[in-house]
Amino acid sequence: MKKKLVLVGNGMAGVNCIEQLLKLAPNLYDITIIGSEPHPNYNRILLSSVLAGDADMKDIVINEWSWYEENRITLHTGRTVTSIDSDRKQIGIDNGLKLPYDELIIATGSSAFILPVPGADKPGVIAFRDIKDCETMMETAKIYRKAVVIGGGLLGLEAARGLLNLNMEVTVVHKHPYIMERQLDQTASTMLRSELEQQGMKFLLSKNTERIYGKKRVAGLRFTDGTEEEADLIVMAVGIRPNVALARQAGITINQGIVVNDFLETNLPNVYAVGECVEHRGVAYGLVAPLYEQGAVIAKRLAGLETDGYHGSVVSTKLKVSGVDVFSAGVYNDRPGSRSVRVQDDFGGVYKKVVISDGKVIGAVLFGDISDSSSLFKMIRTGEDVTGREKEVLLGASGGGAQKSGAALVAGMPDDEIVCGCNGVSKGAIVNAVNEKGCSSVNEIKACTKAGGSCGGCKPLVGDVLTYVLGADGVKTVKEGICGCTTLGRDEVVEAIKNMHLTASKEVMNVLGWSNTEGCSKCRPALNYYLGLLWPDEHEDERESRFVNERNHANIQKDGTYSVVPRMYGGVTTPADLQKIANVALKYEVPLVKMTGGQRIDLLGVKKEDLPKMWADLDMPSGYAYGKTLRTVKTCVGETFCRFGTQDAMGMGIKMEKKFERLATPAKFKMAVSGCPRNCAEATIKDFGVVAIDGGWELHISGNGGTKLRGSDLLTKVKTEDEVMEWCGAFIQYYRETGKYNERTSEWLERIGLDTVKDALKNQEDRLALVSRVEHSLSLTKDPWKEIIEQDELKKTFSPMSEEISMSAR
Amino acid sequence: MNRIHIGKETDIAEKRARVVRVGELEIAVFKLTGGELKAIENRCPHKGGKLSEGIVCDHHVFCPLHDWKISLQNGLVQAPDEGCVTTYQLEIDGQSGDVWLHLPQGQTIAS
Repeated sequence: MKKKLVLVGNGMAGVNCIEQLLKLAPNLYDITIIGSEPHPNYNRILLSSVLAGDADMKDIVINEWSWYEENRITLHTGRTVTSIDSDRKQIGIDNGLKLPYDELIIATGSSAFILPVPGADKPGVIAFRDIKDCETMMETAKIYRKAVVIGGGLLGLEAARGLLNLNMEVTVVHKHPYIMERQLDQTASTMLRSELEQQGMKFLLSKNTERIYGKKRVAGLRFTDGTEEEADLIVMAVGIRPNVALARQAGITINQGIVVNDFLETNLPNVYAVGECVEHRGVAYGLVAPLYEQGAVIAKRLAGLETDGYHGSVVSTKLKVSGVDVFSAGVYNDRPGSRSVRVQDDFGGVYKKVVISDGKVIGAVLFGDISDSSSLFKMIRTGEDVTGREKEVLLGASGGGAQKSGAALVAGMPDDEIVCGCNGVSKGAIVNAVNEKGCSSVNEIKACTKAGGSCGGCKPLVGDVLTYVLGADGVKTVKEGICGCTTLGRDEVVEAIKNMHLTASKEVMNVLGWSNTEGCSKCRPALNYYLGLLWPDEHEDERESRFVNERNHANIQKDGTYSVVPRMYGGVTTPADLQKIANVALKYEVPLVKMTGGQRIDLLGVKKEDLPKMWADLDMPSGYAYGKTLRTVKTCVGETFCRFGTQDAMGMGIKMEKKFERLATPAKFKMAVSGCPRNCAEATIKDFGVVAIDGGWELHISGNGGTKLRGSDLLTKVKTEDEVMEWCGAFIQYYRETGKYNERTSEWLERIGLDTVKDALKNQEDRLALVSRVEHSLSLTKDPWKEIIEQDELKKTFSPMSEEISMSAR
Repeated sequence: MNRIHIGKETDIAEKRARVVRVGELEIAVFKLTGGELKAIENRCPHKGGKLSEGIVCDHHVFCPLHDWKISLQNGLVQAPDEGCVTTYQLEIDGQSGDVWLHLPQGQTIAS
């Protein structure tokens, strides 16, 4: 029987600990969670965003109800644990239920501290702690106007900003002469206050509340200096107190919070505590990062894994108030023995201060520009020695010189700057997806916003945005499956197809447990390709899994018309062929005739139903200008006419194109042959480029002139045309067998390495084996245009099923 | 309501679609795995892509232009994109395999 694990408290710290445990040891425990709020685990930190109107209640839920079900966790919400009996190892719940446990985690969190002043119990006096408080504020704002927030700390200011957004008049009362004094020095605090005043917030500083007055509901408050302030709503944000009553009653040692050792163990056996209710080495934390670090230690312990325990955290703070960037970490005020570097720009509203002691950064305050926050925080945590370059710490990054990290560059980007050009996703949209939807990996960002979902070129930048928001440690690198339907990668899928002899994509998806039974637009074409590669004789090409262009053998245009590109081997044509193309273009009233980048003629704007007729009239092979296959072989004139030419470039190119046309490859495949090193055919930006030299040929691979420019690498030099053909065939087949679907040779080479490719092709025996496999696949191909023209069953799919010019009711 | 005979069930292959044109209106008729037919307007709400050319997975189609995912059951565009495509009723004669398309009055352009 599984051991019973009970978690008291359904909040961020406790549930995160369970999540970490489930990752380490999914089936070790029967887990029960009891929480007194009637909600699933939500992100308390984002309550201020809800209040500010930037997020919805449902957006801040971290673990949906279904998560508990999927992980077979028994959840009691709206229930409070009233007793712990450590002798019998059981807990009591307020509905009378007794639950036995083998391991118990207390994560009761903390409560807002309510000032013990007369009138604090009046209606209209609340804390800012949970969803209910949020709802109360939003309701109040509809009826009343004047709000007072007591407490000028982080939480108080966030609450005040939220109330401003709800169109209330807001005054912040603070007992200190300056706000956020726990995180900011006086300069930063003053700058922050003036910024918030501009946003409409009022401040009453150095004020101590004496009592709250009002007949029934709150009407105002009176301070110890005799002054008064009217208020319809008072929000207390003066601090939190760990919830320790339950633990105290059970005989657990309590100081400020529940006292735990480095393994988060209380003084009772099998009883752990985590989160804001805990005191570790004399410190009770109220920020989320340390709580997750604590949870990780418990999770490892419970999973039976080694851990050297929790040693406390350095904390950093960012104020979540729109239009104000504030960061603070570590020691922010000078103390004996410390010195600091400061930058203050009153015009730009920027202030930066770094406190250094014994050559190490021990704290920092940033206002207005927090782009250096992640690098500074890292220095504080790691205790890196910066002796001799104290100034660079602050000035180096922004003051020129040192190369900025990606995340630092992102910090300087405006929110509306586009990160994903294909889908028009801005930096701000990605930041929102992280903050509000809890995205923490490039893949999750893709699912939420589409950024990186098309050409993928922006993925590194998306990664930088993630790092900028979450810090380097917060970004998840999840194993990326070939698509969202599976976590299996290309190699695992291909291995399974091979080993289990799977010959249809339906089988693959079924056997390998795809989450969508019929896959998606990403995996279906990929599987069809892999199956065709591995079982060229048995696999029946799945037309319904082909992308439209490969299914219709023409390139779909934005208006739903198609383009037709006949084969023009090596870019060489004849007057007769040109005449034929011209006649067809006239007959079908082709709107646009254009030369392509690959030395052939493109007929654009063709209606789908005209395609088969045009192909028949052309009577030329398909140029495959639409497929993941050999596109063109670009050539220069070569020695035939050119005074510099050293070899027959056209002849070589035509031979290559005739040999390898129609072959399916992981992505489109372009070749070129230049007749001399002047390289007019631009062979060094092609997937396979041939450059003639005196007495031989250079073979270049994996160049790309598209999304990301990449000059080719030299594979080898050969002497004869036959050798060119042999190496070319071997190279294509090796790419076919190892490439991921949709991966160009440029990306593929970067992934597997030039040496790997050179190694695989260096022995002639291996090359010939590859060539024989490619030749077998080639022998099975047919010209697709001819095939469609000749088969009525295929041809009819090009016409509408039915067409009525006018409607008559019947 | 107008009822138009558009052909036979067997005119469409599984996981594929055929186009039906009625005046200016273009409708895509899909056949799902198992044979169920679905009809929606042949126009993606994003950039007007021809949905009839999309890859069909279960009861969804992916627009060939920018990969929007659209439900063939109710025409709803799936997250993260938003929108809706008009759906149409089909009537199938189980015996003969004849298929009729139902068009609400006022939906078509009479010439």
